[in-house]
Amino acid sequence: MSQSTEDRKLAGRDGAGREDQLAPVPVEWRGSEQEKLAARPSESSRRAFLFKLAVGLNGLVGLVLAAPILGFLLGPAMKKRADNHAWVEIGSVGSFPQGETRLAEYINPTNGPSDGETAKIACWVRHASDGSFQVFAVNCAHLGCPVRWFAQSKLFLCPCHGGAYYEDGSRASGPPPRGLFVYQHRIAGERLSIYAGELPTLYNEACAGSKPLVRLAPVGDEEVRRA
Amino acid sequence: MIDLKKRGLQLFRWVEIRSGMAGTVTGMAEHPTPVSAASWWYVFGSAAMMLLALQVMTGILLALVYSPSASNAWPSLQFINHNLPLGWFLRAMHGWGSDFMIAIVLIHLTQVFLFGAYKFPRELTWIVGVFLLLLTLGMAFTGQVLRFDQDAYWGLGIGASITGSIPVMGGPMVHLLLGGPIVGGATLSRFFTLHVFIIPGLLLSLVGLHLFLVLRLGINEWPMPGRIVRKADYQRNYAALTKSTGVPFAPDAAWKDAVFAAAILLAVMACAFFLGPIGPSGTPDPTIIQTAPKPDLPFLWIFAILAYLPPEMETIVLLAVPPLLIGGLLLLPLIASEGEKHWSRRPVAVLMVTLIAVTLGIFTRLGTYAPWSPVMDAWSSAPVPARYLEHRTPLERRGAMVFQEKQCRNCHSLEKVGGQRGPALDRVAADMTEDQIIRQVLQGGGNMPAYGNALSPAETQALTSFLMSLHGNQRPAMDASEGIKPQNGSHPATPATGAPPVQ
Repeated sequence: MSQSTEDRKLAGRDGAGREDQLAPVPVEWRGSEQEKLAARPSESSRRAFLFKLAVGLNGLVGLVLAAPILGFLLGPAMKKRADNHAWVEIGSVGSFPQGETRLAEYINPTNGPSDGETAKIACWVRHASDGSFQVFAVNCAHLGCPVRWFAQSKLFLCPCHGGAYYEDGSRASGPPPRGLFVYQHRIAGERLSIYAGELPTLYNEACAGSKPLVRLAPVGDEEVRRA
Repeated sequence: MIDLKKRGLQLFRWVEIRSGMAGTVTGMAEHPTPVSAASWWYVFGSAAMMLLALQVMTGILLALVYSPSASNAWPSLQFINHNLPLGWFLRAMHGWGSDFMIAIVLIHLTQVFLFGAYKFPRELTWIVGVFLLLLTLGMAFTGQVLRFDQDAYWGLGIGASITGSIPVMGGPMVHLLLGGPIVGGATLSRFFTLHVFIIPGLLLSLVGLHLFLVLRLGINEWPMPGRIVRKADYQRNYAALTKSTGVPFAPDAAWKDAVFAAAILLAVMACAFFLGPIGPSGTPDPTIIQTAPKPDLPFLWIFAILAYLPPEMETIVLLAVPPLLIGGLLLLPLIASEGEKHWSRRPVAVLMVTLIAVTLGIFTRLGTYAPWSPVMDAWSSAPVPARYLEHRTPLERRGAMVFQEKQCRNCHSLEKVGGQRGPALDRVAADMTEDQIIRQVLQGGGNMPAYGNALSPAETQALTSFLMSLHGNQRPAMDASEGIKPQNGSHPATPATGAPPVQ
């Protein structure tokens, strides 16, 4: 209320006329017969119906519009597992001496144009004394922090919450619910490759069902399992 | 001069006739409030809003230079810190402003809770406030990601790991969170979008709604024991109280808000000036694994709780507790919408606030030094104290070397240096017998890995003899049966004189 009073006061000072002193509303401002007819309640209900129809039409267009929007938004979640994975070479067999565990790195096969150095991923390669290979993700199975290998005590230790793993990746102690994530690997001639492309999380374990370690390879790819 | 003043006034009137804004704003500012609410306890909301304004301003300025791409974000922050005049100060203000904002929002929430201000008819104001708290925390988390350094990179990994533990939907949700299968350029872009467009948009709209509700319902009166809130007559009673004791919010109460907001802004500037910008730490290179990632201060307590939860409880706690906590906060005003407002009549409320504050405080404090984390370089950087080597046999000294070599020190401290994940071993032989020590070392257990594979029999023997020499001023522990049979073991019990063994 105080606002409109204020307005009127200001208007008065500004030199504009005051309402109470104005002449009657000019005839041009009283509405034509045609306008009055159009404002009848029956006409009004027709427009109300048209309004509802228009809102419905808008809803329909909105639904159509939602399809590409949701499709774009959910795109990353809709990708097939195989789309995110590929075989990546991580080095020659000779660069991993028998009986040692070493850090290797590779460029993530699904990298994008703006990934920068985050496209580089590290993994632990264990060339066991019996000649077999194991390739572990650096990510702790607890919350994904990078585990470090301690050759002297033959343990992987996580800096975040103290998770510890034995040399074969199995859980030793601490909060991790399972052993280290293991990449599927294959050796072609001298070249060691792994099947990689996804950040390993516990969800992978859920997919593996009762298997203790993750299979990050397509099902049925038998010849790669010969390590 | 007079002409200028007249012209200014004319311009003001021209705008005012068309917009009516000055009248509206004056009307709002002068809304009547019970004189008891013109209190120093009622200044936190406006201070939070002032901090939000500061964050918006400094954020826009930083966005002029920041590059939200995984390859350039880190260098662009270094550029702001080191190459732009006052860039470091702007970043520092934005970083400290964020910490201050979370603190003030939490204080505001506590004050509102203790003063019963969430009760009828202000339930919706509280509910909107809970969302504002969540959005503020969301800004802090996404902001921490934009500081695209090592902590941000591995912090995203932690976020993905937690998300990945959600049943059924985990995998697709990780990909949604990261914008792809790994932490990379797409991840940073979407956190930038969240931090700069989506969350601020929601935050500003909800602040508007929050403020509208405060104006519509009036500022909460100072609670008095016996002033009971009843839906039937509260609004009439509040109107009566405001009529008899009402004062205009501005200037009678607002001057305190203004003084406090100014003090807070000065404090942010002081922190920024003296303590400098927060980070960035090392480059977000995933192959640099010599790092111990840690979240920012507001999230340290979660980091600490995650260290202490037993593995079998973790997923359940992670997935169930946040919805329960948030649900509890949202439902509070609906459950307790009537009754006493005064804290002296609400002991459970006071106890809850105390308990939550102490819990958050303890876990945050623990998070700052993370006693659960192994000290990764203790084995090579912290020598065995010399007095633990004096008057020892060659075998015991060899054992001390095994102790260091096998990284025992990373989890066990000697003279308070080393990891705190396992117990300190300065007096281990006073608590455990030789057999118990051997068993513990070889088989592990109770959060200790088994070292059977990593120790040769000779190393085990040396290590055990060293550990058996650590018993402080007490006698070494021994099996009850050892007292009655003749001493024939490799380690004779030390005489009960309390002196260290002298060989």
